[in-house]
Amino acid sequence: MSYDTIGNRPEHVSGSDGQPNVAMPERIASGLAGVALTTYAVAKRRDVGGAAMALAGGYLLFRGVTGRCAGYTLLQTGTSDATDSENAVIPHNQGIKIEKVVTVNRPASELFAFWHDFENLPRFMPHLESVQVLDNKRSHWVAKAPLGKTVEWDAEIINEVPGEMIAWKSVEGADIPNAGSVWFKALPADRGTEVRVVLEYDPPAGRLGAAVAKLLGEEPGVQVRDALRHFKNLMEAGEVPTIDGQPHGTKGRSPSDAPQKRASGEDMGVATPVPVHTAAPEVVQPVL
Amino acid sequence: MKAACWFGKNDIRVTNVPDPQIVNDRDAILRITATAICGSDLHIYNGFIPMMQDGDILGHEFMGEVVEVGKGVTNLKPGDKVVIPFTISCGNCFFCRRDLWSLCDNSNPNATIAEKMYGYSAAGLFGYSHIFGGYAGGQAEYVRVPFADVGAFKVPEGVTDDQVLFLTDILPTGYMAAENCNIQPGDTVAVWGCGPVGLFTIKSALLLGAERVIAIDRFPERLKLAQEAGAEVIDYMEVDVLDELRARTSGMGPDACIDAVGLEAHGITVDQFYDKAMQLARLGTDRPHVLRECIFACRKGGTVSLPGVYGGFVDKIPMGAAHSKGLTFKMGQTHVHRYLPTLMDHIVNGRLDTTFLISHRLPLEQAAEGYAMFKEKRDNCTKVVLYPGTA
Ligand SMILES: NC(=O)c1ccc[n+]([C@@H]2O[C@H](COP(=O)([O-])OP(=O)(O)OC[C@H]3O[C@@H](n4cnc5c(N)ncnc54)[C@H](O)[C@@H]3O)[C@@H](O)[C@H]2O)c1
Ligand SMILES: [Zn+2]
Ligand SMILES: [Zn+2]
Repeated sequence: MSYDTIGNRPEHVSGSDGQPNVAMPERIASGLAGVALTTYAVAKRRDVGGAAMALAGGYLLFRGVTGRCAGYTLLQTGTSDATDSENAVIPHNQGIKIEKVVTVNRPASELFAFWHDFENLPRFMPHLESVQVLDNKRSHWVAKAPLGKTVEWDAEIINEVPGEMIAWKSVEGADIPNAGSVWFKALPADRGTEVRVVLEYDPPAGRLGAAVAKLLGEEPGVQVRDALRHFKNLMEAGEVPTIDGQPHGTKGRSPSDAPQKRASGEDMGVATPVPVHTAAPEVVQPVL
Repeated sequence: MKAACWFGKNDIRVTNVPDPQIVNDRDAILRITATAICGSDLHIYNGFIPMMQDGDILGHEFMGEVVEVGKGVTNLKPGDKVVIPFTISCGNCFFCRRDLWSLCDNSNPNATIAEKMYGYSAAGLFGYSHIFGGYAGGQAEYVRVPFADVGAFKVPEGVTDDQVLFLTDILPTGYMAAENCNIQPGDTVAVWGCGPVGLFTIKSALLLGAERVIAIDRFPERLKLAQEAGAEVIDYMEVDVLDELRARTSGMGPDACIDAVGLEAHGITVDQFYDKAMQLARLGTDRPHVLRECIFACRKGGTVSLPGVYGGFVDKIPMGAAHSKGLTFKMGQTHVHRYLPTLMDHIVNGRLDTTFLISHRLPLEQAAEGYAMFKEKRDNCTKVVLYPGTA
């Protein structure tokens, strides 16, 4: 199940009862939004425009986190102690929300522990090159960008409830400001754990905004869903299924130039996207 | 290595391709010793399975010798002789844990595409199109087996390849098709299709206690095998199947009807011309003639079991008949892992023979000939087994 809606932000955040100010999943923008745009940029636009897109992704996330362009208090206070009900509220009719959910057949505590070690994130978020944990709050993130470049920023955990949720955001001054939250809920009768990730961001105006809206309008959240699926694969099966590097005959119709042996063949069938015979939905395949 | 690759409808060629290698920790590499062509492969051969790519290696019924294992595989070692279920399953997800192995959540790398077509993705399959993961198949000299720690079953000493090869698919498929009918004492089971799946379904239904099995096909050699397996037979070219079944079941209808034919049913009745036209016009993808007959023929409150494969949309399904008669439908790709150990035991202890089915033994190099022959039921072809490295 997924809920991709564009438009109204349904609820506001209240932290006044001592609950984390990210008490509802919908209320937090996610670093995974960075997946949506930066991965798209890497996969689709191997050019300068792609780089711009990657940065635009960061900008969107920044707006989402702050609620307004550098406006609301989530970034300003950067803590879960904030009690202002306006925290992280995106103005009406401006937010884009992506919410993805998956069932993972492992205990919530185990999933929480794995996710909480941010150095594990690149294992299921293919757009990340590495995450280095600096201390129990802060971490350093390196994401892949077009043209073999990377984008780096520091992030901090702004909220967590052991076994239940984690929320994080980039610290001020990051090249690509971003934030995210993940929620774990035990399911009844040995059915494992519901894992929910929510993204929310506020598109910028102008040409950039239009381009971004078009792009996100097509498949908002594909990357997020894939990242969640890979998380599930890793936690349940211990690995992400792949056919990368497997043999096949030549993808042209004539097999005459098929490779003879592994050592000599250039055509290893690796990472060469091939058109399929039926109209398949276009999917940006993450490169793990 | 050499492998049978798909290059389009009716176009299969054995070509040289790179050798497979270990990719994930739970992988193993096998040297294939025997591999069969399945009725399911014919759906690909005939162009009915979408999302094939040029050069895809075919084959999902195979066995061989382990030559290499990933570091996550501790229960296998080089030299072990194993048979491999055609469904790829992780062993740990909701579905695997409930013995629903063909519905594994974690084995299809293209789950996103499968979800677009089916809502949710089933397991990855060897050599069965990119909807089911695009895994290279086993009609080859070597194959990579993911999740080999739960997806490779050791073959005891002294048992031949021919004896156990069909544990990979068609034997468990026939067994599950019959088991799905919840057979009770006195039951009559009707089986459409006397191909490999139908024949094993007949044997299984009798094993599970059916009073009678009535088998339907049109090829004399297949009807003969069905008879030898213990079934009464109907040649659908000679009589009206529905009338005949009513007459032979004291006017009540079979307690269970099994479609072991699937989406390429052949027929001579009006609906079949309609299906063919729809298929040609790309308005329908499958020809559900046998499914319709099953629904009409079945007694009230009975079970329709579908081992035969459907891939897309079917048209003119008599849903009113199914509903008003209170039928139960059971279907799906086989949960091979669930049945394999028990059936292996039957074979090893001499209670079950499967070798009667093999009509043609060929080197891998003659795969194309094998496909053509099996498709056209030429030369009394009932099952083709290919042996790599014997040319
Ligand atoms: N569910 C699974 O996991 C699974 C596994 C293996 C095979 N299958 C499917 O089972 C089906 C049969 O496989 P097979 O290897 O036996 O194939 P096959 O092509 O050898 O046999 C099909 C038989 O059906 C007969 N037939 C065609 N139209 C008929 C009709 N109108 N009435 C009666 N019989 C008719 C044909 O004459 C043929 O003998 C295929 O659809 C295959 O894809 C499913
Ligand atoms: Zn098969
Ligand atoms: Zn599984």
